[in-house]
Order: sequence, then structure tokens, then C-alpha cells
Amino acid sequence: MPFQSNVPPGELSEKWTKYRSSMPLVAPNNKRRLEVIVVGTGLAGGAAAATLGELGYNVKAFTFHDSPRRAHSIAAQGGINAAKNYQNDGDSVYRLFYDTIKGGDYRSREANVHRLAEVSVNIIDQAVAQGVPFAREYGGLLANRSFGGVQVSRTFYARGQTGQQLLLGAYQSLSRQISLGNVQMFNRHEMVDVVIQDGKARGIIARNLLTGELERHAAHCVVLGTGGYGNVFYLSTNAMNSNGSAAWRVVKKGAYMANPCFTQIHPTCIPVSGEYQSKLTLMSESLRNDGRVWVPKNQEDAKAIREGRKKGTDIAEEDRDYYLERRYPAFGNLVPRDVASRAAKTACDEGLGVSPTGLAVFLDFADAIMRYGKSRANTLNEYNASEARIKELGTAVVAEKYGNLFEMYEKITGENPYVMPMKIYPAVHYTMGGLWVDYNLQTNIPGLFASGEANFSDHGANRLGASALMQGLADGYFVLPYTIGTFLADEIRTPTIDPDGAEFLAAEKEAQERIDRLMSIGGNQSAESFHRRLGKIMWEYCGMARNAEGLTKGRQMIRELREEFYQDLFVPGSAKEYNPELEKALRVADFLELGELMMLDALDRQESCGGHFREEYQTEEGEALRRDDEFAYVSAWEWDDNDPILHKEELIFENVELKTRSYK
Amino acid sequence: MGADNMKLTLKIWRQQGENTKGQFKTYQVDNVSSHMSFLEMLDVLNEQLVSQKEEPVAFEHDCREGICGTCSLVINGYPHGPMQGTTTCQLHMRHFKDGDTITIEPWRAAAFPVVKDLVVNRDSFDRIIQAGGYISVNTGQAQDGNAIPIEKDQANHAMDAATCIGCGACVAACPNASAMLFTAAKVSHLAQMPQGQVEAAERAQRMVAQHDAEGFGRCSNVTACEAECPKGISVEHIARLNREYLTSSIGSTK
Repeated sequence: MPFQSNVPPGELSEKWTKYRSSMPLVAPNNKRRLEVIVVGTGLAGGAAAATLGELGYNVKAFTFHDSPRRAHSIAAQGGINAAKNYQNDGDSVYRLFYDTIKGGDYRSREANVHRLAEVSVNIIDQAVAQGVPFAREYGGLLANRSFGGVQVSRTFYARGQTGQQLLLGAYQSLSRQISLGNVQMFNRHEMVDVVIQDGKARGIIARNLLTGELERHAAHCVVLGTGGYGNVFYLSTNAMNSNGSAAWRVVKKGAYMANPCFTQIHPTCIPVSGEYQSKLTLMSESLRNDGRVWVPKNQEDAKAIREGRKKGTDIAEEDRDYYLERRYPAFGNLVPRDVASRAAKTACDEGLGVSPTGLAVFLDFADAIMRYGKSRANTLNEYNASEARIKELGTAVVAEKYGNLFEMYEKITGENPYVMPMKIYPAVHYTMGGLWVDYNLQTNIPGLFASGEANFSDHGANRLGASALMQGLADGYFVLPYTIGTFLADEIRTPTIDPDGAEFLAAEKEAQERIDRLMSIGGNQSAESFHRRLGKIMWEYCGMARNAEGLTKGRQMIRELREEFYQDLFVPGSAKEYNPELEKALRVADFLELGELMMLDALDRQESCGGHFREEYQTEEGEALRRDDEFAYVSAWEWDDNDPILHKEELIFENVELKTRSYK
Repeated sequence: MGADNMKLTLKIWRQQGENTKGQFKTYQVDNVSSHMSFLEMLDVLNEQLVSQKEEPVAFEHDCREGICGTCSLVINGYPHGPMQGTTTCQLHMRHFKDGDTITIEPWRAAAFPVVKDLVVNRDSFDRIIQAGGYISVNTGQAQDGNAIPIEKDQANHAMDAATCIGCGACVAACPNASAMLFTAAKVSHLAQMPQGQVEAAERAQRMVAQHDAEGFGRCSNVTACEAECPKGISVEHIARLNREYLTSSIGSTK
């Protein structure tokens, strides 16, 4: 099987332009005959399906949701990066490229990241043309804010609902293509297998979630925009139904899984409150523009807060440790996510945590409220405004910026964050790892493409804030619709693929047997309970800090849990009906294998980089210690039930010097 | 902070499929913590049912943070429950008391057929958007994002409409099962953006026609939709839709 990055030659900044101008094209008359299956209708899948439809391909789009508008891209809050330099603060395509490579701790492919930075500017233009109501300045031009790991202001936003507005933009474009007949939409259909014919991806087996029937769908190629696998941890900021099954199914058919251990733990989430908890809620990184992170300097104060004898506001200024500002003066509260998360863990490990569980730090807006209040009072010529008045004015400014996030916080915790500092703790949020793809976003299986979070390509070992929306839309609107032509140009003589072919029937039978097996176990435990136990193993041994001993143990525990799963699972109802319990069981079965591969990958990578922190490899100051001589590669895993095989893609840095990341 | 072991009685609508007759069934749940979300309380019930080898209650949900629009439920007669500006997934048990009886039903509207128990089919909303709830621009055709300045307040007003999550609470709240607030939110969002004005007339006509064809009722200004909308979308947008619809009817050459 081919395993080459296929990065075009030439100057970094000219690669994409030259490549795009010289790649093979498919003529309009042939596009009409070619069929493309797109699985997933979030930013990456939905944008790709819409754009491929516009180009004239015959598209079949699939989502397990009841509507393409529900994909989890919708929950992204803070914003989307683009190298527009509208703020005239020194931003450029190169700077966005550099920040992303550095932010990813030098574990991503230069050429892919540069292309991402190049097309970032087109995304904003496209979204504006679709009617996305981005935030504006008084002069009517687009507003920006800052995100972690960068020193410019390049993040575009629509209140705290940027993902929603961008997804609705893509959904509207997709709806238009559906109404024109270019895209056939299959709601409530979950992909349960991929079909490979003569070594090429030619279709999928989908389960109609309303009837439980399996369906065979054929096409000339298949695109997966199916998101990440963060829910392997059970508790994460992902939506309840987000899963890794589509990606895992293709891995089982020979596609490589790249860097599976690279998971992003987001520093600002609402802490866990109880055993029944089903998911965690993110508080946008944009809050770190104005919020200051701190814990009490001494353990007695922290203990008093945990026991409810003191409140955050009772702690005097000099008794607080604004540890990010102290440790990283250059970036302060806006250090990248992996750095901020680890620092929160360190503080809590030292006994300074501020929630009853001991696992929370403060995110405090009191200073921002006073600062904005004074500025507003000035504007209103209220030079002698009282403190109360300043607070009132400042609160209004903060409410305008982050109102919906503050409301969300209050609904969940019952505490008012305008008065009491928020309590936050890191939680699983995003997976940088994903299906291995080349420069064309094609996996090692010809005709099988992966876009957005489902692939591994752009974020290395750590993703910067506001870059997930950027990558999903870059892949969906501006990369995949072109690069897919490199495969399809050779397929113009291939007749329509027959969904009754032998490979389709075999794949359908295999999927049916997998379902029958789960239905027939007849044990005593729900899929949910296995999922929860898997999540605890993952978080304990493959979470914010990892070590060889724990990973080895964790891997063994997952194997045992998997065995128990196939002996004691209980799925109620039948397979031939609407059955959410069966859907869950199928997904958990896949997580139980993927989790093991993550442990194995983390074990193999004997270095610390980005979100992957191996306790054995740290500097004296407790920072991540990268080992470029041995580990500057992408781990691409070929699955095997007993011993997965590691393939390595060496990362070549021609434009960026490998340096120790410093945010001090 | 609140109770940790509330006992609740739940009266839940159970229905096997679209064409079967449904009925209320009563369940008891104990050990409900006030910190739980409403859906986590239902998770507990379902775990209980599965452990007794009974079929769990089907309900839809996904993001559990109030943005995807998947969750629904009429709780004690209110779409998304008794709290204002809150989706069911954001509703927490601290708003209920030990010993409460809670009635839980699906959205009820002819254009939202029941799939199972509390799950309904909302494909009709997709078809309303497909009828014209978009701007006809292909990828790559756009000019620079700052080429057309848009007044800050106007962008904010468009955003107020665009914030609709497509959950269908407006339909469930309306005595006529009208989806006018949903339809209006999209028409109003796009009509307030300069980019959306080119197709504004056609859009209003086509979306309203599709709305009616789906079997949603007419708007009779009850405004229960606004009161129950978890995103606080104002009926002002229906007024704007009416204006768009009327002017396009009068001026139309089609």
C-alpha cells in the first residue's frame, strides 16, 4: 500500500498554488457521472459535500443525526483564525503557519500547515458571503480577538457561537445543493463499514437508524468527515453521540491511524461534579483574553475554600498565585492549551485546588470588570463614578462579550460568575491524531479521503485555539474538493459502481454478524457502563500525564474490559428497529480497540510533546522534553488484533528550525 | 447546596412507533441529585430500566450544552421545561423538589411525527431551509470579507435571529403547531445581511410555501413561541417575515 506524504516539490509558499494549477482536472461532463460518498456533515464533511455538489459531482451525504445541522462543530464557541491582518498587528500567512507548527510542538507536516494558513483568508470571505453574522466593529468592519499561543489578534467570531454560525453557513450551502439535486442526503444513517474493491474504497454499509436495516451504498470514492474520538474518555466536551467508529472501521480495513495518543485536554471546562455525570462543558478559550487564572498561595486557604469555609473573593490579592502570569510572563493567561492544562494539574496536585473534589482552579473576571468599567465611565464622562457604578458598567461590557458563556456556566453550576470567580478544570476536548492522510487528504487506501478532525494532518501534538473550525472548513471548502480530482481523474472510465457486487454483500454480511453478536451476548451490563469504565482507564493512564508503567497496565486493563464486554453486555430491544442502545454498543466496541491503540502509541512515543506528556521526559522545570533525534515522526499504525504494526513518516523541517517551545 | 437523594415520580409518554398508539407510563427514580441535569436524571432511569431488562425510554440529545437543538421534551406542559431561555439539556434538577411528579411528553405536531417514545421526526425543518434558507453563492466566489461594511447593531440583530437552534420548541408551544418563528428566524437573519437581500423576496415566498406544505399551522399571534424559545428569539422576526412576504407578493412579477 502506498505510504508517501506526496508533498509537492518547490518553495513552501508556492507549493499549493503551483500544485493546484497543475493537478489533473475532471471535466464537467465526467463530474456528472462520478459519485462521491461523504460521511459526516459537520464543517469538514458538510462543506465538502456542498462544494463537491457545486462542482458538479454526484454526492451522497450521510449523517447519523436527524439533520445535518446538528453536527458537533456547532458547539465550537470562541472563533476561527485567519491570517487577514485586518488589525495591522503584524500577522501574515507565514506567522499563522509558524504559530501552528510551534503550537503543535513540531509534530505536524510543514506543507499541510502552510496550505491551511494560506486558505484561512478565503474561509472568512466565503462565510461572510454566505451571510454568517460575524462580530463587527462600530465602523462596520469585522472584529477580532486573541486566542492562546499567539501574540496577534486574528480570531473572527460570532458571539460565543462561532461554530454554530459557520456550521449553519455550511448547512445552508448543503441545503441549496440538496434542493438542486446535486446532493442526496441520508439523515439518521450511520456508517458501519467501508467497502473496498480492487484495493479502492468504493462504498459504505450504512445502518438506517430508524428501521435498523443495513443498506449498501456505492460510489467512486469515499470521504470521511466524521470528527474525532475524544469520547473514548467517556467524559469529554464532545457531544454524547460523537464517536470514532467510522474512522475505526476503515482502520480495521487497512487504513493507518496516525498519532492516536495526541489528544487535547482543554484547560477551561466546568469541573466534574458527580458519578452520574454524562459530559463536560467547555468554557471558551476566549475567556482567557480577560479572565485571570489563579489558585490560593497556601494550602490552608485552598482547604478552607474546598470545605466551604471561605470563598474565592475572601482571599486577599497578595495571597493569590496567578500562576500562568508568574510562570509564563510573555504569554500569561494566553499560553497554549496543553501548557495551561498541565499547569492547572500541577497546582491541584500541590493541594491548591478549589472545588470539593480538589480538582479546580479559579478563572477570575473581577479585574476585567473594573478595567472595562473605568474605560466605559470615561467614555460616558462619568469621571467620579463610584466603585459600584464602575462594576455595573464593566459587568455590562463583559456581558456583551461573553454573556452566553456566563449564562451557560450559571445554568450548570448555579453560581454567578460576574460575582464569584469561575471554577474550571481541564477536560478532554479534541483529538489531533486521526486517520493518516497524504497531502491530498487521501488515506493509504486509494479513494478513501479524510477531512477535518478525522485526519491527523495539521495540528501536530497540540492544536491552537480557534484552529479546528479553520481546518474543518479549509479541508471541506478549499482543499478536498480539488485534491479529490487527483484520484477521480483516473476514474472517468470506471462505470457506476454496483452496490450488489460481491464485496458489498460480504461487507454487509460482516456488519450484520457484528450486530448479531452484540445482540446475542445477553449479559447483564449496559454499553454505557462499559464506556464509563473505559473512560476511567483512559483518563487515569493515558490522560494529562502518562508513564510507561501506567500505559502498560492500562493496555492490559482495556484488553480485560474488552473480554468482559463480549461476555456480559446487554443490549435491549432488537436490531431491526430504532435502538439507541445498540448504536451505543457498536461505538463502545470500537472504542475498546481504539483505546488500546492509544495506549500503545503513547508507550511508543518516549518523549513529551504538546498534549502528550510522558513523566519520564521532562525538563527540570517540569516542561515537556521533546526528543527530536528519535521521535520527529508521525506514527502511522496498521491495526492487528494482537500486535499493531508501526509505520513511521519522518517529519522533514526545511523552513522552521526545531526549537524548544518557550512561552516565557 | 441542595438535596442529594430526591425521589421523583415520572409520567412518561411511551409509543412504539409512528403508527402505534401511545400512552403514559409511570416510573419512580430515587437518589436524584440536585446537581444532575434533567437528561442525566433520565440516564439514571434508563440505566435502571436496562438493569431490569426493560426497554429504556427513547429520547434525543447530543451536545448537552444547549446548542445542537437535538433535545426536546415537553416537561410539565412546557417545551424544554419550566425555566426560561433553557434547553432541556441545560435544565438542572435543582429546579425540582423531592417528591415531585414530572410529566414528560414529545413535541406534538402533525409535521413532527413520533419516531418512538419522546423522539420525533423534524425533517420538515430541513425542507423549509432547502426551499430557500440560504444565499446562492458557490465556494470560491466571495469577495474580501471587509468589502461590505455592516453596521454593528444590524449584524447583532441578524445574529439574534441566526441564533435559532432548530429544535422545534416554537411548534410544540403553538396552539396551531405553526413553525412561523423558525421560518421567520432564517428569513430575518438573511434579510438583514446585505448579502442576503438579493434573494430576499423569493426566499420569503418559497420558505412560507414550504412551511404550509409541510402541514404546519398558520400564525395567529399567540406568541407562545417567543415565550418558550430557548434562545429567546423574538416575534419581531415574524413581523419582518410578514413584511418581506407582503412586499414580495405585491411587487412580484412571478
